[in-house]
Amino acid sequence: MKRDLLPLLLIPLLAAAAFPLVGSSASWVTLTVAGLAMGLMIFVMASGLTLTFGLMDVLNFGHGAFIAVGAFVAASVMLALGTWMQVDSLWLNLAAFLPAVLAAMAVSGVLGFAFERVIVRPVYGQHLKQILVTTGGLIVAEQLLKVVWGPDQITLTRPTALRGAILLGDIAIEKYRILAVIVGLVVFAALALTLNRTRIGLLIRAGVENGEMVEALGYRIRRLFVGVFVVGSALAGLGGAMWGLYQETITAGIGGQVIVLVFIVIIIGGLGSVGGCFVGALLVGLTANYIGFLAPKVALGSNILLMALILLWRPQGLYPVAKR
Amino acid sequence: MWTARILRAQDSRVRWKRAVHVSALLSLRGVKTNIGRYHILHGVEFDVAEGGLTMLLGRNGAGKTTTLRTIMGLWRAHEGEIHFAGRDIARLSTPDIARLGIAYVPESMAIFGDLTVQENLVLAARSAPPERKRLDWIFARFEALKRFWNLPAGNLSGGQKQMLAVARAIIEPRRLLLIDEPTKGLAPAIIVNMIAAFRELKDGESTLLVVEQNFAFARQLGDTVAVMDDGRVAHTGTMAAFAADAGLQQHLLGLGMGEHQ
Ligand SMILES: Nc1ncnc2c1ncn2[C@@H]1O[C@H](COP(=O)(O)OP(=O)(O)OP(=O)(O)O)[C@@H](O)[C@H]1O
Ligand SMILES: [Mg+2]
Repeated sequence: MKRDLLPLLLIPLLAAAAFPLVGSSASWVTLTVAGLAMGLMIFVMASGLTLTFGLMDVLNFGHGAFIAVGAFVAASVMLALGTWMQVDSLWLNLAAFLPAVLAAMAVSGVLGFAFERVIVRPVYGQHLKQILVTTGGLIVAEQLLKVVWGPDQITLTRPTALRGAILLGDIAIEKYRILAVIVGLVVFAALALTLNRTRIGLLIRAGVENGEMVEALGYRIRRLFVGVFVVGSALAGLGGAMWGLYQETITAGIGGQVIVLVFIVIIIGGLGSVGGCFVGALLVGLTANYIGFLAPKVALGSNILLMALILLWRPQGLYPVAKR
Repeated sequence: MWTARILRAQDSRVRWKRAVHVSALLSLRGVKTNIGRYHILHGVEFDVAEGGLTMLLGRNGAGKTTTLRTIMGLWRAHEGEIHFAGRDIARLSTPDIARLGIAYVPESMAIFGDLTVQENLVLAARSAPPERKRLDWIFARFEALKRFWNLPAGNLSGGQKQMLAVARAIIEPRRLLLIDEPTKGLAPAIIVNMIAAFRELKDGESTLLVVEQNFAFARQLGDTVAVMDDGRVAHTGTMAAFAADAGLQQHLLGLGMGEHQ
């Protein structure tokens, strides 16, 4: 495949097209940053899912459970460290935030490992059963969350240093969104480096293209898959933690709510492509924010429309993965 | 009862020993493979002599590719035995079979198009980075691989992909090479190089089992033949004898007079 930059160009094109519609440049900057932040959080949640599909054709509708668990675990840790969250010190705030997201990733990763063993492994290669069984897993997980954390929503306030906005002239940029952008870019860079520069990464890319041949070269693709599944679950937990703090309220349904966006993103990107997932997530985030501002009533359907348009242009997604 | 069963077991072992050529590196006995609900192989039996090159021939659809895939564990033999270097590999997983020292060049080539030529070969060299000497030996035969070293393999031409698929199998020494139609899409000059390379491999470190439609190529290279027909091996013998027997070729391969190259 040649390096195909056309889909990447869609991001500045979309932003440029929105500029005259939004009118004020201050609002436009705010919306654009909000869109990028939202897109990057969705990217973090979606990256693992696209790889597990690419590697083993596994459709995991239970992915939302890892997102939800991440949000709840992070919230618990941050509530427990409440005093550090409320003081006006970036360092103490981060001292509460960091262990919270690390715990979220750890718990979601362990859960992912168990989920793969118990729920996904018995249904390898059977799509219909995968959909049913993993959806069942999501429902069970949501009920378990209610058992552990109670049926009511948890309200969480962002740490002091991440509250409010930075003002540049008349442009307001929420601090938390800057953090979300940084985290998202770090995750993207780490994934890109791993996939392009390490042997494991090469194996994952090769396996997405042709798992059978990777096995014929003597590599155990199942182990690779389990590793990717666990890392993907941990990233979903990280994304969930970020998203929960972004919303400032967390309910057991949080996974089910964002998983729709996650699926739209990986379909737009091309199933199995991390680069496509990245571009798709940014497009979805930007679209949601621009449309939410311009025509709030149709905001809900805007991402479906975006997906339809992109699939009309490229039926296999922005970066189709060459299969077998 | 017990004694009878033990005796029978011993008896079959004796028969087994007699049947297997002492120097067979690979031998298939009664191998049956189903794909879905289709019965494709109906009891395939043949030996691949160590240090030789065995040609697996047969008409389209005879079951040659299915046989190679079954040896590799990519399809499961639901009956029969596949012995490699003295052990039954019919129930091993594909990676474990590969790790015994078996390399496979599939009919579809299955190169990783998103990876560069270099990355394809780096993955194929499982134990260590590709050796300089070995690479030069490969480049001397398949010059295009050197030229397009850093190009995504998906951009290679059909023949260049074929070279890469073969190079991937021989980037490290392997005991047995399973190669499905290596000459497909290759220019005559490259085929000459490939013949030379396979001869060197055979004289050195490897045993080869090659599926081939190009009979001129097969005749030059093969020591022995196994000819398949409808999911069975219908004939085995030396290549010299088979090449001399036009009637047998006509019968098993349907080669007309004019089709000899
Ligand atoms: N995936 C599959 N599903 C069903 N039938 C298959 C499949 N693959 C192969 N077959 C059937 O098995 C038989 C043997 O196929 P195989 O590919 O082994 O033949 P071959 O000898 O390699 O032929 P060719 O010379 O054309 O490559 C054919 O009749 C084919 O239709
Ligand atoms: Mg074939």
